[in-house]
Amino acid sequence: MYKNIAISTCFHLLIIILATLSLPFLIKKPIELPPIVSIELIQITDKTNIPFAPKAKKIIEKIKKKEERVISEQAPPKKIKKEKPDAVPLPDKKVEKVKKIEEKKQNPEKIETEIKQVSEFEKKELFDPNNIAALIDKSKENIAETTKITKKITQSQDRNIEPRGLSLNEEDALKAQIFGCWSIPLGLPYNESLLVRIKLQLKPDGTVIKSEILDHAKMNKPGQGFYKVLAESALRAIRLCQPLRVPTTGYDRWKDLQLNFDASEMLGG
Amino acid sequence: MNLFRTLIIIFLFQFKAYALIEVDITRGNLNPLPIAVSPLSSDKDSLDNFEKILKKKDIGSEISIIVESNLKQTGLFNPLEKDAFLQKPEIAHLKPRFEDWALIKAQALITGKVEIIDEKLRVEFRLWDVLAAKEMLALAFTTVPTNWRRVGHILSDKIYERLTGEKGYFDTRIIYVAEEGPKTKRIKKLAIMDQDGFNLKYLTLGNELVLTPRFNPTNQMVTYLSYFRNLPRVYLLDIETGEQEVVGDFPGMTFAPRFSPDGKKIIMSFAMDGNSDIYTMDLENRVVERITNYPSIDTSPSYSPDGKHIAFNSDRSKYQQIYVMRSDGSNVKRISFGNGLYGTPVWSPRGDLIAFTKLHKGKFYIGVMRTDGSGERLLTENYYQEAPSWSPNGRVLIFYRETKTDEKGEGFSAKLWSIDLTGYNERQVLTKTDASDPSWSSLLSN
Repeated sequence: MYKNIAISTCFHLLIIILATLSLPFLIKKPIELPPIVSIELIQITDKTNIPFAPKAKKIIEKIKKKEERVISEQAPPKKIKKEKPDAVPLPDKKVEKVKKIEEKKQNPEKIETEIKQVSEFEKKELFDPNNIAALIDKSKENIAETTKITKKITQSQDRNIEPRGLSLNEEDALKAQIFGCWSIPLGLPYNESLLVRIKLQLKPDGTVIKSEILDHAKMNKPGQGFYKVLAESALRAIRLCQPLRVPTTGYDRWKDLQLNFDASEMLGG
Repeated sequence: MNLFRTLIIIFLFQFKAYALIEVDITRGNLNPLPIAVSPLSSDKDSLDNFEKILKKKDIGSEISIIVESNLKQTGLFNPLEKDAFLQKPEIAHLKPRFEDWALIKAQALITGKVEIIDEKLRVEFRLWDVLAAKEMLALAFTTVPTNWRRVGHILSDKIYERLTGEKGYFDTRIIYVAEEGPKTKRIKKLAIMDQDGFNLKYLTLGNELVLTPRFNPTNQMVTYLSYFRNLPRVYLLDIETGEQEVVGDFPGMTFAPRFSPDGKKIIMSFAMDGNSDIYTMDLENRVVERITNYPSIDTSPSYSPDGKHIAFNSDRSKYQQIYVMRSDGSNVKRISFGNGLYGTPVWSPRGDLIAFTKLHKGKFYIGVMRTDGSGERLLTENYYQEAPSWSPNGRVLIFYRETKTDEKGEGFSAKLWSIDLTGYNERQVLTKTDASDPSWSSLLSN
């Protein structure tokens, strides 16, 4: 009798233990809803492109000047920086060009130069999973050119703050521009796939250096004559729209751009 | 730890290298494409020859006007004013200055040359993409000089095909019933003209009533309804020779004829004792076959372009609706289910749509639906309109529209109209007299 009770108790205990371990809701406290924090929606591009108030501008310029001075005083790394690129067979000229452009523009990103003062040690501390992009560029620099570390990191951190793709505003501006330029050929068969993907290489001002139809093989397939017509209309739209309405900053992000022209929505049914 | 970090970095580095920003463009404008049609140039000798042979001075300009008006009436192109052209036609044909053409907002340019060589007309033309600064198409035709209007149409077809991706419909003819006189005493004659209204010819004298002429899709034969021994009968007419005959020796009335897609059969209705069914007749061996057998009015049959199915209208479900069946009469399915009465189904040459006339609340509509009856779209609404007929590329419908007679019995008219599948581009097709029952031929150059 006692033996049976003991066995039964053991089994019951075992089941309770298993349930406690495997069914997490048993050990979890009831979910406490976090307090609702009211937020203000700010469009990213608006924020990043907002011109500074005159006062703020002056302050920033002052800071920048200070930074420049600081950098020039810390001369040694800069000197090496200039020498190294010649030795390394990398497209350094381009990099320099881009930087020159960025330096010319007195945009808010420049505030980030303050971070340049952060030491190696502190930088390590700055590492967090959300900041991986910074590390990537850092590693790149480590391999290619050791001297630009500080500056590069600041840039990559800039990028980290910016959205990866185009912001909604930027994308909308570009879309709206192309919508106006693209005359959809009305004779296309509406029950076929009407997607043409075009890869673009852009200049910083939005003019097209190179355009490439990604499904080029489809162009000359028998029975796909409409595809050629569609692709040509898309290319015409791009040419007509030049220079494309691209963001004023972050050229690296969008210098290669893919446009997916899809007429099925317009012509469908 | 370092290794782990390096791995992450390598992975993310790869990811970053290929992370391409993609932007989806799902909208565009449906504005007509701005196109410059430069007059076709000619040398002095050819100009003299035109005058001598055709009694017309500048055939080059005339051809360019044909092309221009053909392209304009599609609603897909916007031919630009010639006054704005900066480059002379003969120079533009050799090498256009694309900047000049882009300046006047042209996206495509047509240039050409026309001359008479050995008493034959030689027309050469090029289609240019102005923005890409390259040639898209270059062709030359040689024909007898009197054929110059057709050259204009063929040229328009080639340009249309190159720019839209589907075949054109300009080198075609339209047969219709020309009507004259007061409504109660109409004289009806069979008439044929080019799709742009030129080269009009009457095929019958107007002694007998004629109705529903239909082109054979493969050659220049026409079937229509006229009266024989006071009974409506289906006739067959060869446009080239003018020969005509009654189709089949039926004991009652035959009507609503139409050719099969291969042109070898005629499908029609035969009515007797208040019941009408669908029959086919083989034109080679004159074998008659009964397709439907139902105690209702089955009429207006139309083959699918592959010849495997037939659409027709029937009142077997009390109200007149559209049905589809196999060409042997099996597997009958009703496809129209909307409010109102549906009639005159016509299968598109592309095979994807069926055009119809709909009567609902006293208004007539011309519409299209998919072959399973889904996606019904009404393209145009009016007091009275019917009998849609497809352009050979399945993009445009031609039909006729009648106006109301006023209290004095005046004001009645019947005119041909066309509308494209978008429903926006509705145009009147100009005819010399009143007109009804149009039928569009297939491309003559095929």
